[in-house]
Amino acid sequence: MADILQLLVYGVVLGSILTLGAIGVSLIYGILRFAHFAHGDMMTVGAYAALVAVAAAGLPVYAALPLAMAAAAAVAVAIDRIVYRPLRRTSPMILLISSFGMALVLRSAVQLVWGPANRVYVPGIRVPYQVADVRIGVDHLVIVAGAVVLVIALHLFLRRTRTGKAMRAMADNAELARISGVDTERVVLWTWVIGGALAAAAGVFLALDTRLHPTVGWHMLLPVFAAAILGGIGKPYGAIAGGLTIGVAQELSTAVIAPVYKPAVAFAVIVVVLIVRPRGLLGGRG
Amino acid sequence: MTALRVEDVHGGYGGTDILNGVSLAVDPGEVVVVIGPNGAGKSTLMRAIFGLIGVHRGRITVDGRNIAGLRPDQVSGLGLGYVPQDDNTFAGMTVGENLEMGAFLRPEHTARRMAAVFDLFPRLAERSHQRVGTMSGGERQMVALGRALMTEPKLLLLDEPTAGLAPDLAAETFERIRAVNSQGVGILMVEQNARQALAIADRGVVMVMGRDRHTDTGPALLADPEVASLFLGG
Repeated sequence: MADILQLLVYGVVLGSILTLGAIGVSLIYGILRFAHFAHGDMMTVGAYAALVAVAAAGLPVYAALPLAMAAAAAVAVAIDRIVYRPLRRTSPMILLISSFGMALVLRSAVQLVWGPANRVYVPGIRVPYQVADVRIGVDHLVIVAGAVVLVIALHLFLRRTRTGKAMRAMADNAELARISGVDTERVVLWTWVIGGALAAAAGVFLALDTRLHPTVGWHMLLPVFAAAILGGIGKPYGAIAGGLTIGVAQELSTAVIAPVYKPAVAFAVIVVVLIVRPRGLLGGRG
Repeated sequence: MTALRVEDVHGGYGGTDILNGVSLAVDPGEVVVVIGPNGAGKSTLMRAIFGLIGVHRGRITVDGRNIAGLRPDQVSGLGLGYVPQDDNTFAGMTVGENLEMGAFLRPEHTARRMAAVFDLFPRLAERSHQRVGTMSGGERQMVALGRALMTEPKLLLLDEPTAGLAPDLAAETFERIRAVNSQGVGILMVEQNARQALAIADRGVVMVMGRDRHTDTGPALLADPEVASLFLGG
């Protein structure tokens, strides 16, 4: 029983990370109609941006987080302006392939600058809290609390602000949004800012939970997409349900199968859910 | 008061033109109805005016200013409203949010305009927190019209506002359109329900193969035997 609870804790932590990545994937799909394959590597970029702030400026990780989010948002906007925007009038398939190319570019750039070795933000071991027989690390609390705060902030942005409503309107009916006076390019800009910033948060949390490595985000791409599809792609709220489901399912699976098969669990969950509910949990775009 | 002029407009999607030199005019406060067979380019004309498709030749002017080539959000900013035929609401958002999006460019007028729309469609006031996707076709059409009225447009483009509505709802919709027009809003409307539409029109335009073929007053078109046999079902 304690084992299961322990895995549940790990699952919620992983789920929080996946959620932050999946929201971006879902938003970008909803607004721009293409699967952003460089999103995992955007997470990596964010994680390393925080490393710069921690290592060079001596900041604690929580203070480095907003800087990393800003840096990744800037990188995302720059990539959009230079690579994706000129291609936007072609087909979604071309954008998808170009984002695959960007994924390779980002990963190689990270490796070129910081090398292929494993890194950590702060060396040393921190003793986790012990609640009954379940161990909960300080970092785990930071990750889950951070994800909750960011998700609430995003919720308020989407529901209360004019730009947030324009984003929802554009994901709902892009042409009608334009007819209503929404400037598409402005909404696209905000989509990248939010997608990039949340990817950076996911990357920093992931590195906090494991370690930094140039492929750390790339390996998360499959479960992140699984979470986005599970929740109904194009629906940021679905990404939360999808992220937690995939995270918990992956960790719980290690009770019965070898941990190396964790990514396969994400696949299995998508297959099952798409058979039962082809448009995802919250009924996204088919 | 806004005057719209469409002069010899050619345009379409990609390579082939659907509009082949169409011209028409809507004077301030006028109701102009466009009728014609399927594929004549009626909806395409609306989309061209609103900057949703390319115009390769000709001019579209609003009060003398050429608007061909402007983006839809810029056309909206000039005081034009547009209700497309399909997908004309934000289905995943509430009635209130749909109307709010209508006033996107003039958020400071949201409350006042929403009151005016609720005046015209009292049923929407009761349902302001309902998601539009869960409403009936007639109610969705009210939301669509309400959204377009939120900007306080001087000219309204309506693409088949009564398509798919039961006859009593269609009659009610024409009545609402008349009420909107009586406040000085010019109307350019595409309609399959040609008889009823021409009855409230100052002028009618018959469009065929991407061009305007006849333009006359509503009653004159209704009385024209050729028009009657071709487009009014005998």
